Amino acid sequence: MKMVLKIPKRLNRSLGVDLLLFVLLGGVACFMALPLVFTISNAFKPIDEIFTFPPKLFVRNPTFKNFTDLVGIFSDSWVPFSRYVFNTFFIAIVGTAGHVILASAAAYPLAKLRFPGKKLMFNIVVLSLMFTVYVTQVPNYMMISYLGLINTYWAILLPAFGMTLGLYLMKQFMEQIPDALLEAGKIDGASEYRIYWQIVMPIVRPAWLTLIIFSLQNLWTNGSVTSHKYIYSEQLKTVDYVFGQIQNGGLVRTGPVAAVTLLMMIVPITVFIVTQSSIIQTMSTSGLKE
Amino acid sequence: MKQQIAERPVITGANVPGRGAPGRMLRRRAARVWTEMKKNRHAYVLMAPYFIIFCTFTVIPVLLSFILSFSNFNLLEPPKWIGWQNYARLFVQDDIFLIALKNTLLFAAITGPISYIACFMFAWLINELPPKLRALLTLVLYAPSISGNTYLIWTLLFAGDSYGFANSFLMKWGFIMEPIQWLQDSRYVLMILILVQLWLSLGTSFLAFIAGLQNVDRTMYEAGSIDGIRNRWQELWFITLPAMRPQLMFGAVIQIASAFSVAEISIYLIGFPSVDYAAHTIVTHLVDYGTIRFEMGYASAIATVLFTIMLTVNLVTQKLLGKVGE
Repeated sequence: MKMVLKIPKRLNRSLGVDLLLFVLLGGVACFMALPLVFTISNAFKPIDEIFTFPPKLFVRNPTFKNFTDLVGIFSDSWVPFSRYVFNTFFIAIVGTAGHVILASAAAYPLAKLRFPGKKLMFNIVVLSLMFTVYVTQVPNYMMISYLGLINTYWAILLPAFGMTLGLYLMKQFMEQIPDALLEAGKIDGASEYRIYWQIVMPIVRPAWLTLIIFSLQNLWTNGSVTSHKYIYSEQLKTVDYVFGQIQNGGLVRTGPVAAVTLLMMIVPITVFIVTQSSIIQTMSTSGLKE
Repeated sequence: MKQQIAERPVITGANVPGRGAPGRMLRRRAARVWTEMKKNRHAYVLMAPYFIIFCTFTVIPVLLSFILSFSNFNLLEPPKWIGWQNYARLFVQDDIFLIALKNTLLFAAITGPISYIACFMFAWLINELPPKLRALLTLVLYAPSISGNTYLIWTLLFAGDSYGFANSFLMKWGFIMEPIQWLQDSRYVLMILILVQLWLSLGTSFLAFIAGLQNVDRTMYEAGSIDGIRNRWQELWFITLPAMRPQLMFGAVIQIASAFSVAEISIYLIGFPSVDYAAHTIVTHLVDYGTIRFEMGYASAIATVLFTIMLTVNLVTQKLLGKVGE
């Protein structure tokens, strides 16, 4: 009797190449993770460990001193630190919520209704994915200044509402909603607005989460280039602006800077961890058809 | 038959006497479009808020930028029409722009393809792992691109003194005797910028590729195996890539846009202006004229050049990707 020993072999794979590729993958994963690990460990290093030769990747005697120093630094500033934190959260939350609602409202007709001008509008959206905000920054400044929005939250919020990537992803995701579902709503006498809000919106929840992460990525530290131009009141500035200020404090501030960096990166990464599977689900419809 | 005859007077009734045939056609079409639009007004109402903002901050600015690029404008006086002068100045007189152009093209030519291929390669490798490990690796590889200002940590890794990671490592192993001023030496800055950009580049397209790979029909691989596909590379070229073409196109759009628009990392990592303009890019040049010197016409010309380059590269790439797996 011959026992057939059959390991379920995966198609078209050889062990040698498998190993080689995964060593490569491991190497790159380390390269990607190293700066992040370094950031985390630096935040907990006492000052003498930050400046040792040779520098150590991992912290020996972890301390919270960098975080407590932060409090000291901020107690000197005349705008309370909590205001910067509030601004950061306010811009991120309002900007993201507005973007998700407006973009999905616009995506629904583009995906599911038929009307004149639909194709043209979508083509413009796709075209605008192909260049970045920098191309329009000069006229944008003029627009914002003519609208009288300089030095208000709106200078940052309004352009964020109109991010193109979100509309594009939302529209592509909505296309897979079965028409029968919408027809059923229509037969029940619901208006298009109700269909959008009560039928479509709950279904596209994975897409919201995706829009949230991209919008957050845009807004969370967007302060860096744009807000410097649009916002000059200290009270309206965000944490990452202060972050730059602390950094200008030089070497002594290396510890607190590491602490702020860590605090700033926790939020987007946590959001991503929570929403990862929804995002992958949304991205599967992201393809650009010819 | 009867119906057709009955309908005819209704259609001709819409004619205004004395108008030519094309005018009549156009009018009728316009009328039809108008009724369609009225019937679908809820579609426009739903789209209005987004598209008003979108037009204000994207469509109109692009057109405005194009028009302004032919003028001399400093925000205070009204724009003065000067024809092609801005463009002539850019390409003939402005040596720094030419440096920026060279840097940007070099930078994009390296980071664009490498990051694009890396996004795909790693998505492809991750795809074969068990779900838990896959989720973890996705997080590790994607994290840099969402962690905001964290890239500033590279200033510590490449610090110019011996406390920098790169320096201490190289000194310990005896490759160099003295610390290298990585971020101040014009020989290294572009290289470091490329490295950091690559570190940041497993972003949106990486996620799109992961998702796309999960959706490739499993049975196609079995069928392919019967049809004589022998190894993973053939499988990749003949089955996986063609099945993912829409994602590949989308990914290309995103990677190209980010490869050409590097500015923030240059400004915050290397400084602005950089040593010998070694890390000067089209966008930093644009920032210089648009937000510091307020030569808006000239800045618009720079923006228009950038826009043209990005659009051209995108359209060529889309054409090339259409040939994948053929």
